[in-house]
Amino acid sequence: MVAPGKRRPGHSRRAQYGTFYGFLLALAGLGIGAVLLVTTLGDGGAFTGARVAATDVAAPVGKLNAEGRSKTQGFFAVVSGYFKRGSYVSGLEREVAEARVKLSEQAALKDENQRLKALLSLTEQDTKPVTIARLIGSTSTSTRRFAILGAGSRQGVMKGMSVRSPLGLVGRVLEVGTSSARILLITDSESTVPVRRAEDGVQGYAIGRGDGTLQIKLAVTGINPFKKGDAIVTSGSGGLFRPGEAIGVVVALTPDGAIAMPLSDPGMTEFVTVEPAYVQVPEPATPAPAGAR
Amino acid sequence: MPSPLVAPITETLRDFGKPRINRAPSPTLAFSVPWLSVMLGSLSPLSLFITSAPLLPPLGLLLLLAWQQQRPGMFPVWAGLPLGLFDDLFSGQPFGSAVLLWSAVMIGLDLLEARLPWRGVALNWLVASGVVTVYLLLAALIAQLEAGAVPLYILAPQVAISILAYPVAAWFVGLLDRFRLIPIRNL
Repeated sequence: MVAPGKRRPGHSRRAQYGTFYGFLLALAGLGIGAVLLVTTLGDGGAFTGARVAATDVAAPVGKLNAEGRSKTQGFFAVVSGYFKRGSYVSGLEREVAEARVKLSEQAALKDENQRLKALLSLTEQDTKPVTIARLIGSTSTSTRRFAILGAGSRQGVMKGMSVRSPLGLVGRVLEVGTSSARILLITDSESTVPVRRAEDGVQGYAIGRGDGTLQIKLAVTGINPFKKGDAIVTSGSGGLFRPGEAIGVVVALTPDGAIAMPLSDPGMTEFVTVEPAYVQVPEPATPAPAGAR
Repeated sequence: MPSPLVAPITETLRDFGKPRINRAPSPTLAFSVPWLSVMLGSLSPLSLFITSAPLLPPLGLLLLLAWQQQRPGMFPVWAGLPLGLFDDLFSGQPFGSAVLLWSAVMIGLDLLEARLPWRGVALNWLVASGVVTVYLLLAALIAQLEAGAVPLYILAPQVAISILAYPVAAWFVGLLDRFRLIPIRNL
């Protein structure tokens, strides 16, 4: 079908001007877009207000969808469960056997830990979660990895707080609205989390790769000590994240570190807890980790 | 024959939407449905899926492409400015990225239409596939300006899904097009 021509709208001078000014406005849109982009890239906080307000308004849609999500995922899990049951059960039995051994080791370690802590006169401090909320969305069309949380300043959420699921760290709060907040997921390429290997404390950084995995970089370059299956936890340096929180498991090695798969899949977690930053530092003295805004 | 109890309702339903001499489409509906559908597509980050990699097609852009190819001239050339601004509020891209890229898409489609006035399903799909692929690549590059580098191969599934999603978007737009032109206004 041939499209009706609209570039030459006939002899009407008014219609001709309409087409012309439309084109001018479209070119202006191009320019405005470029200006907005340059402003954003120059100053990261430039349009957060507008973004946060829009998310606040649209949050009810996301909340409704979040409830649907937990239902549909249950449905898919049930269907796939029928197909994987046999191998799943045998895998579980093996894991339980291993876990029993590990548990006894843990008990011994805990005991030792307590004695050492008593020696150093350290007190255990338990952080209370600020709030428990649903993740109501994520930027699933962009290479940036943000999630939207269904709680905001009204629930006590503040910038820089850490967000975790029962399986481990999810990310940290970047922008806060009254009833929603934007989370920088640990898999975003702007996120850097100080980490260590769980067993011996080799220090490093976990940087998001944007595809759901993490690049673990060694703090001190040298011989690569990582091997597949190593557990990675937060080290707590910098003070943003509590030490000892699970991050992921090494799945592949790179020349200068490793690739880790995060344990907490934000798509599969229904509720997340928001916790205050581990160490409360006065604002100007906060060491700015890469990408912190 | 339906029972007399339900007959009046089925009668009205059957009548509903039929072209009649004293009925016309509602101008509000006819005008607002295209704009609202594209904006609803831009809200897809608040959708059912929380993904750990870019996976969902840019629904707003796909719907805009489908409208513009099925009903050329329905959106003015400058529609990329307001619609892109709305998309930027939710997409997570650096602010202004969609304003720039959607404006470029609208101007590009306008120029293309002048060159290739003959359109068909295959050509529409081909054009949309090309536009979406280039758009996703450029959007990823723009996002890299703000954050760290991301390997570009992670876009491959999203590009494939977006190309496959275009016919669905076009079908949906066809459905909406019929809906918005239902003659419901009594003259």
